[in-house]
This record gives sequence, structure tokens and C-alpha cells, in this order.
Amino acid sequence: MAGMGMGGVLLSRIPVLGSATRPRTETAWIDTGIKKQLADVALNAARSKGATYADVRIGRYLNQFIITREDKVLNIVDTESYGMGIRVIAGGCWGFSATDKLDKDNIAKAAELAVAIAKENGRLQSQPVQLAPQKGLGEVTWKTPIIKNSFDIPVKEKAEMILGVNAAAMKGGASFIDTALFLVNEQKYFASTDGSYIDQDIHRIWPVFTVTKIDEKTGKFETRNSLGAPMGMGYEYLTPDDSKKIKTVTTLYTDRYDMLEDARLAAAQAAEKHAAESVDPGKYDLVLDPTNLYLTIHESAGHPTELDRVLGYEANFAGTSFLTLDKWKTKKFNYGSKLVNIVADKTQPGSLGAVGYDDEGVPCREWDVIKDGILVNYQAIRDQAHIIGLNESQGCCYSQSWQDVQFQRMANISLRPGKTPLMPNELIKNVEKGIYIIGDGSYSIDQQRYNFQFSGQLFYEIKNGKIAGMLKDVAYQANTQEFWNSCTAVCDQRDYRLGGTFFDGKGQPSQSNAVSHGAATARFNGINVINTARKI
Amino acid sequence: MSLLTQDEARTLLQKVLSYSKADECQVSINGSVGGNIRYALNAVSTSGASDQMSLAITSAFGKKVGTTTINEYDDASLAKAIRRAEELARLAPENPEYMPFLGPQTYEAPSKTYVEATAALNSKSRADMVQGSLQISKDNKLNAAGYLENSTSFYAIMNSHGLFAYTTNTAVNFSVTLRTEDGTGSGYAAKGYNDSARLDVLAASKTAAWKAARSTGAKALEPGKYTVILEPAAGIVLLENLYGSLDARSADEGRSFLSQPGGKTRLGEKLVDERVNIYSDPHNEDLPTYPFNYEGMPQKKISWIEKGVIKNLFYSRYWAQQKGVTPTPSPDSVIMDGGTASIEDLVKSTEKGILVTRLWYIRSVDPQTLLYTGLTRDGTFYIENGEIKFPIKNFRFNESPIIMLNNLETLGKPERTISGEGGGSAMIPPMKIRDFTFTSLSDAI
Repeated sequence: MAGMGMGGVLLSRIPVLGSATRPRTETAWIDTGIKKQLADVALNAARSKGATYADVRIGRYLNQFIITREDKVLNIVDTESYGMGIRVIAGGCWGFSATDKLDKDNIAKAAELAVAIAKENGRLQSQPVQLAPQKGLGEVTWKTPIIKNSFDIPVKEKAEMILGVNAAAMKGGASFIDTALFLVNEQKYFASTDGSYIDQDIHRIWPVFTVTKIDEKTGKFETRNSLGAPMGMGYEYLTPDDSKKIKTVTTLYTDRYDMLEDARLAAAQAAEKHAAESVDPGKYDLVLDPTNLYLTIHESAGHPTELDRVLGYEANFAGTSFLTLDKWKTKKFNYGSKLVNIVADKTQPGSLGAVGYDDEGVPCREWDVIKDGILVNYQAIRDQAHIIGLNESQGCCYSQSWQDVQFQRMANISLRPGKTPLMPNELIKNVEKGIYIIGDGSYSIDQQRYNFQFSGQLFYEIKNGKIAGMLKDVAYQANTQEFWNSCTAVCDQRDYRLGGTFFDGKGQPSQSNAVSHGAATARFNGINVINTARKI
Repeated sequence: MSLLTQDEARTLLQKVLSYSKADECQVSINGSVGGNIRYALNAVSTSGASDQMSLAITSAFGKKVGTTTINEYDDASLAKAIRRAEELARLAPENPEYMPFLGPQTYEAPSKTYVEATAALNSKSRADMVQGSLQISKDNKLNAAGYLENSTSFYAIMNSHGLFAYTTNTAVNFSVTLRTEDGTGSGYAAKGYNDSARLDVLAASKTAAWKAARSTGAKALEPGKYTVILEPAAGIVLLENLYGSLDARSADEGRSFLSQPGGKTRLGEKLVDERVNIYSDPHNEDLPTYPFNYEGMPQKKISWIEKGVIKNLFYSRYWAQQKGVTPTPSPDSVIMDGGTASIEDLVKSTEKGILVTRLWYIRSVDPQTLLYTGLTRDGTFYIENGEIKFPIKNFRFNESPIIMLNNLETLGKPERTISGEGGGSAMIPPMKIRDFTFTSLSDAI
């Protein structure tokens, strides 16, 4: 039973159970003063053992999952995890240790272990870690600008909302609907020997469903996934607002999601897919909705501009990158057409990656990665900044929990909207032979980010500027540089929307990062489309 | 150390259950202590140690259910967690699919999942092993990126119906990618075991070094259908999507590759080559696993595909009750039978074909046909007249494991391998397959 029960002394100020009137996120909140004391124990212990730099993250991670299908709530799960990760540099080498036993003795032991690991591994390093300077920020705070705290909404209300969504799909003819609501609150405290003490309160929400329609005669099934997005927002995201909708062949959503309407449409569209034409493979001009394009941006722009991949740190797992330093140094490498402007932004409101400070205490910012089609920058953290001639980090460091070491993770990476007024329906009018693709489907890309294959949820054939009907069995395959150079139109700011994922995976042990990607509907000429229908 | 003995786990779980006011309550706890070391560019990068223990509580009032997890163990935190689970359960709508928790179970004798030598690994032993791997890289003028991790863990479950189960595990996993200095060649190897004595970091590193050196100057072949030899590390990432999809409910509901018109399924039907036998065996010495699953259901030897016929599907307790059959846990400790041929033997018997070291970024394209896409990576070679002739550029494939196992030529000797995608382990033979579908070329190395 070693190590158990000792948390009670330091944490005695935490209420035993949140009252009905106080949200769980508040009752779980640990006083900043207590966290500072705990952090200082770790920083002092690390320094006393020989660390030349140390940082501490104290995290309390709260999640709520509501899992349903049709008219049933299968489970409601509240998870909670609390602990500390200590990262040090000793002898010029990184060391890390994490513990969930936050009494002074165990914190000091964990700090000591982090230093011991750094010293042990010193014999395996080629050169000492070189950290970009970061001045101490003193005591600062940041909070996701939410309007309604999702954890404050009664569970019953949330469950009933989802069951209403499910009922709408079933009434619309769905055979099945699986729906979940995921809510995340990261209460994260960072302190470093630079003199920063940063308290952050981060919120995310992800409503998601899959509608299935079975054709009992043929034994075939078709699905249609939700077209909402995971967001760095509160429960306000689920307040329908007609002024926040984009209407094309279906309804699409900006920063307010009408989940019930989407479920009703999904039921009809899943049925329609059964009768859709199987695509004739070949070259098409693709019109990609942001619900589809966000994932292509993630894989083909976000990942290859991560500096750790470029340098080779992910060679054994997530892979390296074709956007090598020599290409960047020329300042002429044409990643895409002149319409392609890709920006990294850790401050974008509503995005999953928005925070005030990253996980090594660097204030967050925005910067160009691809400008007018040219590769101009990467995504870097403190121990990489000098490699690309920066004297400060770009603030891309993140860890998924207190027990994992922080490392370079993708910022929100987005395609800037076009400057010429253009909306999707107008864009489609100019396409002779094309396919309009909505929603994310299958996705796969090679380990250097050249060759990719993406599918979608809804495919509409475009003939001579008009939607000619629904297609199925569609996937597009391309080379990243050829694809982005084939971009001939990007809709304007009015059509700009965020997509995103909770599950951007990288690292060993593998960690998940939540990240958003903004885009407006865009056109790509002459892309190879394959037919994915098979018989078994 | 977050490792509880059986008695300590029992005492703690009994204490948590004693706080319960629900009709039913189930508590489980897992803890692990471990460390890892990661390297790239021929030097250590990040590394660390972790020590954690997490408790899960599920409370039910009638058919209303709620779950909480927590990792603080003072009395106030435990009480908070159990009250919250009960609060969630009270607020939840009735779940008609809720199944009362299991009563006491009888389990088969446990296999040897815990090995003391693995539990004893520390930052020094990890650094020593990696130092050897780095030396092979440097000796061969290559660039190494790799990862070594070890963990010692326990899991215990108890409920208000008297069920109690406890188990321990050790694991050590190693993977390495060696690349030529100019980045034109890359080779990979990965191994994972319960017993660190079985892990030969140097041998794996040498395999990766050989492949890296041999894979420079790759030639482009036209995409199309080719005979392939899938090494176990390549085969597992497709097969895990086959045996992981043998869910009875989705088949019965009409939304699986096993579904048939009119609500029928392909259970009992021959779907693949008759030489294919895939089963779970918790007692296999090379791939030991627990005698029970996460909810305390006994795990026993069970056949999934026998002589090419879909022999069993897995059933949740709810679906088993609906169908009047015995609940069956999902596949664990999966073994695919094979022959005696080594990879070298398979190469020797191949007139024209492609040797595949690793498949990467596997994603479902069509669940109806179990069609998957992905790419070759880190060692892809052309074979002619029984010899490896030259390295080839990587391919994207679009293929179904069902189609693949119908195009079976030869099975080699199974070995324990680890999935570079999901991280799971299985005993998989190297497989020679004809007409494997490559749909485009990749420039990635």
C-alpha cells in the first residue's frame, strides 16, 4: 500500500463532493497557492540534485463521456486524474519522471529520479540540449473563453439532448445511431526554474454520431458521420443558430452546431447513399468542404512542417518529412499554388489548440508556415528553435497528461481564406467535371507525407457547374506537393470553418494532441479518384 | 511504487465497496511502474519514468448506471468518487441493455505474464541496451531512431456480487529504425515480450541495419497486383483488423463484413483459405495473457477461424443473453497457425515477388468488405528467382485481409510480433500472398 493516502494532507481543502450548485470543474480546482508550493518542492529538489533547468506540470484532468445508441444511454463516465510531471536538464541531457503521489517526499523522489535518468543517459547524448531563452513570466493565468461550462450543464439535460438527436435520426429512417458527447477540462499548472508560474483552465467539447442505414434486401449498409467538429468551446457550441449555417447541397456549421438537424439530414443521406452511383475512377476537379479539407491539411501540411519530424526525431514511429531544411533554406520551395497560405496559430478562439502558454511556459502566437505557396517556416519548441535560426520558441510544446513528457506538437494549422469574394455554390458553378466532397472519411499518408489517400462522408458529382447527383465508393489519392499546387480557388472568410481532432497521434510512448484546422471550401484540379468497391 | 499485492488490492477494493450505497457496485484498479528511453539521430532524446494507479467505480441503481475514475486514495477522495458514480447513475436514464455484474468466477490457472527480470529493468539497464543498438548504428555508418520501454503492472476487479480477480504483468518493447546517413535507405525491426531475457536488442538492430543498407537506390515498379511476402510485423497490422472485427452484434445487426441479407451472418461459412487457423490461447508460453478479461469474464482457448471457416464470434454479455448463447470475450493472445518455413525459405521459393518489412498508416476504407489502405515502409525489396534482387520504392495498397487470405500461397513459422499501429502483440506467421493490390507509388523513404 506504499504511497497511498498521503495526498489527504495537502489536499484537505478539496471538498469531498461537489454540491448540486457548484460545477465539478470548480470543486476539483486546486488553489493556485497550493500548486505553487508543490511545484517549488519539485524545482528545488531537482536543482539540489544538479539540474540546470527544471519544469513541473501539475495536472488535474477531468473528462465526461456520455455514450448512447438509439434510445439508450449506455453509460455516463466521469474520469479524473491528478499528478505531476517533472522534466529536468542535468549534464546537458533531458530526464523526466511522473508521479501521482503529491506529498513532499514523493515529489522530491520523483525529481531525484528525473535527474538520475538524465545523468544516466548523458553517455548516450551527442550534444547538450540547447534551450532557447524564455524569460520568467511570474504568476499568470489563462482560461478558454467559454460562455457555458459544459460540466455545469446537468447530466440529465445533456443525456436528453443526445437522445433527442438520436430520435430525430431514427424518425428519419436510420437503422442505427451511435452518439457520444465528450467533454474535457484540463486544469494545468506549469512552473519552471525560469521563474514562470502559469495556471490554465482549458475546455473542449466534441459531439459526434454515426448514422447507419441497412438495406435488408441486399445486406448492404451505409453510414454517415456527423458534420460538427470538436471545438475549444463550452456548451454554447450546441446552441443552434441559423445565422451560423452555410447552405449548399446540405447544411454545414460554423461555430454553432445544430446536431439535431444534422442527425435528421444524416438519416436521409445514409439512405440516399444506397442508391448513389459508384464512382467512375479517373481525374476530377475536387471541391473540398472544410469538413473534409481540415484532415487533408492536418496530414499534408500540419505534420510535414513539424520540426521534430523534419529533423528525424520521429523516424522510428510517426515518420520524417519531405519538407527538409534545405528546401526551407532556398525560400523558393513551392509547396503549393500562390493561393495556398497556411498559418500556425495557437491563439485562435474556439480552436482545440488555443492556450495562453504552451507546456514549457512559452506565450502562444500566430505565424506563417506556407506563404503564397512557399515554405517559410516550421513548428518548433525551445530545444529546436536555434536550428531554424530563431531566438525564441514558437510555443508548440504539449503533453497529453501529467504523466507524459511534453514535446513538439502540432499547433492549429489552417488554410487562410481567399481574398476574392467567393462562396461554395459560386465555386461549384465553374466546375465542369468534378466531385464535391463533404465530411471526413478514411485517411492515410506515408511516413514522409508525400502520398495520401482520403475519402469522405458525402460525394456529389458536378457536371457543367451543377450538382448531378450522389456518388459513392470515392477516395482521392495524390502527392502532397502536386495536390496543393493544383489549388485554383479558395472561398472567402464567410465560408471559413474549423475542423479538428482529439486524436493527433505522435511520439513514443504515443500521445494524443487536440488540434483544429480552419479552411474555406477550396478547389483542386485534376486529382486522381479511385473506386473503393470490392467483393468478398 | 504503484504496485499492489493481491491482498493489498483486495483490502483497498473492499474498502471502496464498503462506501457503496448503490444496488450494485463494481470497482477495478490498475497500476503500473515503468520507464522508457527514446533515441534519434544516434543519440538519446526524451526518456522518463512513470508511476501511476487508477481506480474505476461503476455504480448501478436498477438499470441506471454511472462510472467514475480517480487516482487519489485518501478517504475523502474515494468517497467523492463513489458518491459521484452514484449521482451519475441516479441522473442517468434507464439503460435497457444494462447487465448485472458477474458473480464469483472460476478461472483457469494463470499463465506466466509476470517475469521478475523484466520488473527489475531500470534506467541503467535501458541505457545499456540502447547503447548497444547505437553502436551497431554507428559501426554501420547509419542513423538510429528507436524506443525501448518496460512496465510492470497489476489489475484487480471486485464487485458487490462477490467477484474478485487479480493479475500482474511485465512487458518490454523495443523498436528501431536505422536510416542511411543520406536518407536514401531505411530498415526497421520491432520486438516485444513479457520476459526481457527473450529480447535481443542487438539482433533486432542488426536486422534493421541490414535492411537500411540494402534499401538504398530503390527502383520504382508499376503499381498493380504482386506476390508479396509479408513479414509478421507487416501481417499483424492487417490481421488485427480481421480478428478485431469478429463482433457478433454488428454482424447480426447487418453492419459488418460478416452480415448477410435478411439478418443472417457468415458465421460457419468458409471465408478464407482452408489453411487459415486463427485462435486465442491464454496459455501459449510465447504469448501469455490473463485468465480473465477487463470485466472479470474467464478467458479460455477459443478458435476464431478454423480451416478457413468463421468458427466463433465474440459476444458481449448483453448480446449473448439476447441470442441465448454464452458470452465470449473479444480476442486476446491471438495466434495464427503456420508452417515451418523461415522468411528466407519463403524468399527462396519465390519466382517473382516483393518482400514487405512493415505496413504503415492502416485505415479502414470500406467496413463492408474489410478493405484497408496503407503503405509499405522501411525495407521493401523485389525478389526474383528466389533471391532479393533490389530495393523498390514504397507502395500504397488497398486490400482486404479477407481477399488476402484467399490468395494465400505459403505460411511460414509463426513468431511473436508487435503491431506498429495498435501496439498489440500476436503470434503471426510470415505469409506469402499472391495478387496483393498496390494502387500507387510513394516517394517516402
